[in-house]
Amino acid sequence: MPPETNAPLLRISALTKRFGGFTALDNVSVDIRPGERFGLIGPNGSGKTTLINCISGAFRTEAGTVVFRDEDITRLPPHVRTRRGIARSFQIPRPFKSMTVAENLMVALDFASGTGDFVPAAQRRDTLMSILTRMGLESKADVSATKLSQVELRKMELARAMATHPKLLISDEAMAGLSSSEVDEVLDLLMSLADQDITIIMIEHIMQAVMRFSDRMMCLDAGRIIAIGTPAEVMANQRVQEAYLGT
Amino acid sequence: MSRNSLFFWIGAIFFLVAALLMTQVIGNEYPFFACYVILQFIVLSVSWSILGGYAGYVNFGTSAFFGMGVYTAVFLFKVAGAPLAVQIAAAAAVGALMGFALGLLTLRMQGIFFSIATIALTIVIETSITNWRYVGGAAGIQMQRPPVIAPFNSYVQMLFFVQALLVVLAIGTSRYIQNSWMGHGLQALKDDELAAECTGVPTLRLKLLACVISGALMCAAGAPAAMYLQYADPSSAFNLNYSVTVLAMSLIGGTAHWAGPVVGAILLGTTQQLLTVTISSEINLLVLGVMLVLFVVAAPEGIIGLIRRVRPKRNEGEG
Repeated sequence: MPPETNAPLLRISALTKRFGGFTALDNVSVDIRPGERFGLIGPNGSGKTTLINCISGAFRTEAGTVVFRDEDITRLPPHVRTRRGIARSFQIPRPFKSMTVAENLMVALDFASGTGDFVPAAQRRDTLMSILTRMGLESKADVSATKLSQVELRKMELARAMATHPKLLISDEAMAGLSSSEVDEVLDLLMSLADQDITIIMIEHIMQAVMRFSDRMMCLDAGRIIAIGTPAEVMANQRVQEAYLGT
Repeated sequence: MSRNSLFFWIGAIFFLVAALLMTQVIGNEYPFFACYVILQFIVLSVSWSILGGYAGYVNFGTSAFFGMGVYTAVFLFKVAGAPLAVQIAAAAAVGALMGFALGLLTLRMQGIFFSIATIALTIVIETSITNWRYVGGAAGIQMQRPPVIAPFNSYVQMLFFVQALLVVLAIGTSRYIQNSWMGHGLQALKDDELAAECTGVPTLRLKLLACVISGALMCAAGAPAAMYLQYADPSSAFNLNYSVTVLAMSLIGGTAHWAGPVVGAILLGTTQQLLTVTISSEINLLVLGVMLVLFVVAAPEGIIGLIRRVRPKRNEGEG
């Protein structure tokens, strides 16, 4: 684990999000350290996806701030946050359906690098292929995104997120609905990404996977943090067990 | 310049030369009168597709932009006797501003809400012009054509050539957009707006840009219409038929490629002109409706989609 003295990569302070009268996130504060593998768990409807929608900018928040690399990004639109280095995958994959896998990644290369420098087509193709190779999708580069299997779609979402050159990658249930061998495959992929200096927040229902993956875990229930600590600490917590098993 | 671009621009120059030659060789005015309308619809459909096709934001406000083009020309001509080129350039500027304003107000709405807002725009502008006495109000206004400029023999022939220039401008713009980063961004946001945004695509800015370009071209296409008819009135300049016809032409041709609206406009425009001469102008809309239904059912991706499906895909994913 990185030393405690490091400034946080992402600092969420007193974040509150309401939908009408329903409070989805209630005064949530948490720091994510650089290089950390952070697991986010909680029962259905506890606010996990809402939290990452607030981090990635899809939702506006009522109160609180999101600070990323010492910059307040609370009011920035999603595409600017992506360019700053926050990438995400979606719980239900959202590929660009009219494009091939390679073209899906090309959108990220075209728009998210943000340097504005002209990069020759051949070089961009190389970058793209190296990402696809790392994800085990190199044979699918020129296949339409609609022709992919579930696990391939998950990998393509991660590949597209990687093509934005993120510092923070948020994986929203990238393993839901996969077979156990596929879960291992995706888990290994995420592990290898974490080894390359990318901080990862993983939302997951598959407890075994998230416990194996995380340095630190946080459990949400009804929009509040009920436990945060090492995986073992969180799982031993009385309130976490109640939230999952009922009282 | 790639080989494709080279062929494209050679084709464009060939087209313009042919149009110019026609005006020198054919003495009868009628072919120009008819072809002008087809060319006008090509410009309108191609420009409509920049927002409606590439971005998937269905704009029912074509008539608003077209009508504003007509009335920009009318106003400038009445106030200062401005020449045709100035009328068209000013109309393009007005269209760009209008597109910007419309976009700012409505592009945060998605899908059907955007479309409804564009219909409202047409009605608001038409009502304003109807109540503006200076440009003729509800009764309309007569336009006296100035003397024709050499080498053209008649004003209609000149308008025909001007509209041909606008066709090349519109298609060139649309083709450039399709192949550029802007086209890729629009395609991404058409597929999935949130995913595009989270992949770094500035969706609102791209949609605004598309709306501005599309609006400018549609307005420019309308500017010569006042001189073409030598008359302008609000109910025909802002006629909803323009919106419907242009939508039908784009959808029937196919909106995923710049050539789609061109094919659609030529096909439908020619059919309409032939029907107007041989049967009656009323049957136009019936034919339009029937063709639209047929295509929506049988070929939802238009003629371009049909061609792509029939022809085996070569070098898929490249270029």
